[in-house]
Formats: sequence, C-alpha cells, structure tokens
Amino acid sequence: MSDTYTLYNETVMDHFLNPRNMGDIKDADGVGEVGAAACGDIMKISLKIKEGRIEDARFKTFGCGSAIASSSMATELIKGRTIQEALSFTNQEVVDALGGLPPVKIHCSVLAEEALKAALEDFIKKNPESATPARAGVTA
Amino acid sequence: MKVFLDHQSATPMLPEVFEEMKPFFLEAYGNPSSLHQHGLRVRDALKTARQRVAAMIHAESEEEIFFTSDGTESANLAIKGVAYANERRGKHLVVSAIEHPSVMQSVEFLEKQGWTCSRIPVDPQGRVNPADVLAAITPQTTLVAVHHVNHDIGTIEPIQEIGKITQEKGVPLYVDCEASAGWLPIDVQAMGANLVSFSPHRFYGPKGVGVLYRNRKARLVSIIHGGVQEGGRRAGTENVPAIVGGGLASEIAARELTVRAAHAARLQKRLWEGLKSKIPYLRLNGPEPGPDRISTNINLSAEFIEGEGQLLSLDIVGIAVASGSSCVSKSLKISHVLGAIGLDHALAQGNIIMTLGKDNTEAEMDYVVESFAKIVTKLRGMSPMWDEFERGVIDSVIQPTGRGKSFSEHAARVSGKAAH
Repeated sequence: MSDTYTLYNETVMDHFLNPRNMGDIKDADGVGEVGAAACGDIMKISLKIKEGRIEDARFKTFGCGSAIASSSMATELIKGRTIQEALSFTNQEVVDALGGLPPVKIHCSVLAEEALKAALEDFIKKNPESATPARAGVTA
Repeated sequence: MKVFLDHQSATPMLPEVFEEMKPFFLEAYGNPSSLHQHGLRVRDALKTARQRVAAMIHAESEEEIFFTSDGTESANLAIKGVAYANERRGKHLVVSAIEHPSVMQSVEFLEKQGWTCSRIPVDPQGRVNPADVLAAITPQTTLVAVHHVNHDIGTIEPIQEIGKITQEKGVPLYVDCEASAGWLPIDVQAMGANLVSFSPHRFYGPKGVGVLYRNRKARLVSIIHGGVQEGGRRAGTENVPAIVGGGLASEIAARELTVRAAHAARLQKRLWEGLKSKIPYLRLNGPEPGPDRISTNINLSAEFIEGEGQLLSLDIVGIAVASGSSCVSKSLKISHVLGAIGLDHALAQGNIIMTLGKDNTEAEMDYVVESFAKIVTKLRGMSPMWDEFERGVIDSVIQPTGRGKSFSEHAARVSGKAAH
C-alpha cells in the first residue's frame, strides 16, 4: 500500500500546492476575469505583452484544486507566445500538460482558456493595431 | 498529526466489535435460513443483535427491527415500502426539504410513478416548523418523513411535536436517525415514530449493515423480492457478521452515549470558538452549538474561497473533512441543504463539514484551528474574490461593509448567467 493517495495526479497536485505565476500584474496590458456558470468558479488572468508577445502571465482563482492547477498550468504554457499563437490556445493543451483531469473537472481547463482569451480580447480592445491587418480575421 | 473529522462518513470499528464478528466469518458460517445446527446457531446470533438494537432505541420488541445493507437501503425501504403498501389509500407524501439524498431520491422516484410530495421548507437554521407539517397533511397522505438531525448542518428537529401531529392524523412518521444514532438518545415511542433508520458504522460498528425499525402501525411491503428473510420485508441472505457487529456496537453506543456526546460537545465548542477567533469572514451554518445542534457537527463557510481547495489542503496536513461545495459534488451542485437554508451561493461554495468522534482530542482541535487558519489565508491570497473584496469591488456576505456589489451579482456578470 502506498503511503498517500491523491484525488488528482502528481502534476495537478503540484500545481495546486505550488501554483506558478499566482498573483496580479501591476499595469497589466490585458486582464480577463471569467466565471463558470456550472459550478460557480471564477478565474482571473493578467497579461504583460511586449512587441506582440506575452512576456508575463499571472492568475488568481476562486475554485477547486483542478481550477487552480489549470490556471497555473495555462499561465506557464502561454508565456513567450505571440498574441496570434495565444488566440488559438485550447483547454486541451492544459489537460495534456497536466497529464489529464477527471472528466467532471475538464470544465476547469475550459475556464482557464476562457480567462486567457478574455485577457487577450481586453488587450486587443485597448490596442486595436495589435491584431495585424494580415491576420485581422483571427480573433477569439 | 492525523486528525479524522469525517465521522459522518465512517468511524473506526471497535476492536471488541471486530472480535464479536470474527467467528461469523470463519466458524459460524451457516445461513440463518437453514434448519440445521449451522443455521440455528446463526439465527440465535441475529436475535441477540436485534434485541440489542431494539433496546438502544427503546423499541417494544425486537420483531420491529429489520436489517438491511445500510442506511440508504433502509431509507429506500421506509419510503417506497410504505408508499407501495398504502397505494390504494393515497399517493401523497410529506417530507422536509433537507432530508438525506436517499430519502429525496426515493421520493423523486415515486413522483415519476404518480405520487405527489409536499416538501416542507426549513428556517435559516434548518428547522422544520411542525405547523407546516400539519398544514401539508391531506387525506391522501400516507407518510411523513422528517429526519432527527440533519446530516450536513447538525440541526435537531422537533420530532416529538411532529410525532404528536402525525399520531393525531393517523399518518405514519418516518424518522431518519442516521446522523443522530449513537450520539443522541433515541426513544422511538416517545418520538411517536413508526419507522426509524440508521447505520451502525456511524458509531463504531461495521459498514454493510443498516437498521430499519418499523412498528405495526405502519404497513410496509418489501422492495427487494426473493426469500422470506427479515419477516418478509427484505429478501436476501443476511450479512451475518455485520449484523452481529452492529448489534454489539449499538449496545456499547447506548451505554457510552452520554460520555461520548459530552466529549464531542466540549471539542465542538473548542473547535468553533478557536476557528471563529482566528479566521475572519467565517460562518457557522446551522444552529449555534447547544441544545439545537448535535454535538458532533461543525459546518462552516469560509468566504471568498472554495471548499475543495480547503479540503485538499487540510488532507495534505493530515486533517480529513468533508464539503458540501459544488466542486466536491459529482453533480457540480451545492448541497441541497445549504440551498434550502437560503445560504448565499458564494458561501455554499466555501463549505466545509467537520464531524467529531469519541477519539478526537483537544490537542487535535487546536491543531485544526491553527492549520485551517493558515490554509484559509493561503487560498484567500490566491482568490480574485478576496482581492476584489479588499479593493471594495465586491462585498462580504458575512460582514457587509456596504461597499461593492454582492458576490452573486459579480459572479453572474463574469459568467454570463447566475451560478445557481
């Protein structure tokens, strides 16, 4: 018998107990806050964007262990990506990077995707020129 | 330190109960329905168990005790068994809105088959008003179900008053005692109860056995069909070792009840006082510790954070608790009890349930207070709601400052629709 049993896998537990990028960004370039109507969780992602690239991403989450882990992982994955790359980010990347989530918790990763997209939209609204003419069709 | 605060779900079995059960696994393996020595020996043991259980709840006779597989089966049998037995008399049931899911789901099952049900609302402390029960009874009512103590928030219901009403009206009363058996005295006759159910695993007996008390004033048909076990009310070979263990656990619980309950009450007070003094924006759901609340239960809502995160964090430091938050539930819904007492969704989300046992200690309570305070601070630091409360964007439900929107309004805005 193993000494400890966990509800989630090791990666999820690690991101829940030692969340990466937790907090707010002072003078963030884009902030997105979304809630899950299904369960009541709320997630907020703040972005620092420099020359079309995500330089920093931070999160704050009101939610369960997998919601916290999902937002921690999403901010890890998104750092360094261009806005265009980030706009095509999906929750599946979070699920895969976390090594899987229980079926009932997949919506937590969707919430992370939505929070990120909301933060990007906020940035684009403030900086319309960032959605370059060549790729004007690509929006969230 | 390891602290088990989930005695509502399970208790460690007493070693003497285990010893009592052992021969019925290895030597006395007969089937109580058999007519030879092996069967008769076991039949005798079942009778002893029935007598012990009957004595614990002051039943007139051990023939009023039926053994099932657990509390849920007992509740199913009580609700469906009485409803079916009285189908021709009427198809109306009266239940409190905060009964255990085994009761609520049994009622919903019957509603799909043409029964109607009046759900009696409760006050913000979870109390049923007996006058509401009286008003809900119609000539078609064949059963009233109100639990002795609520499983989530520990409210003690005014059963004796309700029992007077049902006796006057001639309607059977079913009292689910799952949360009270072993911790509060149960006198089925004084209660005016016709049916009572509970499980010995709540008071140091084994899992796999449930009790249903039923007196002759309530007609009951079996819902499991087969042989003529349990007086024809529950077909299927009896779980003999568990019944034997459950019988002894009942006898010991009755003997030690006063001491166990007083011990739990001391710890409950210490725990709640400690938590209240260390953690701001913390609410106790249900009545204050005292005569209206069972001594084993503490139900909390820590504002601005969610329950599963609290539960997982407590588990990491060795403290086992439960939660009625939607994130913990497989259905993603908050506990229907928290909804019925009108608890704000934000507070229902931050719900934690701690249930005490006879072996918990004062030192454990102090450790829980200290650990829980640290965890709440950590999780609040990670929550956008705490930050928004501090900035005056949203307001506290527990201690309103008059600044900012309510959490529910805010949640509805960011999620597009209401969270409920």
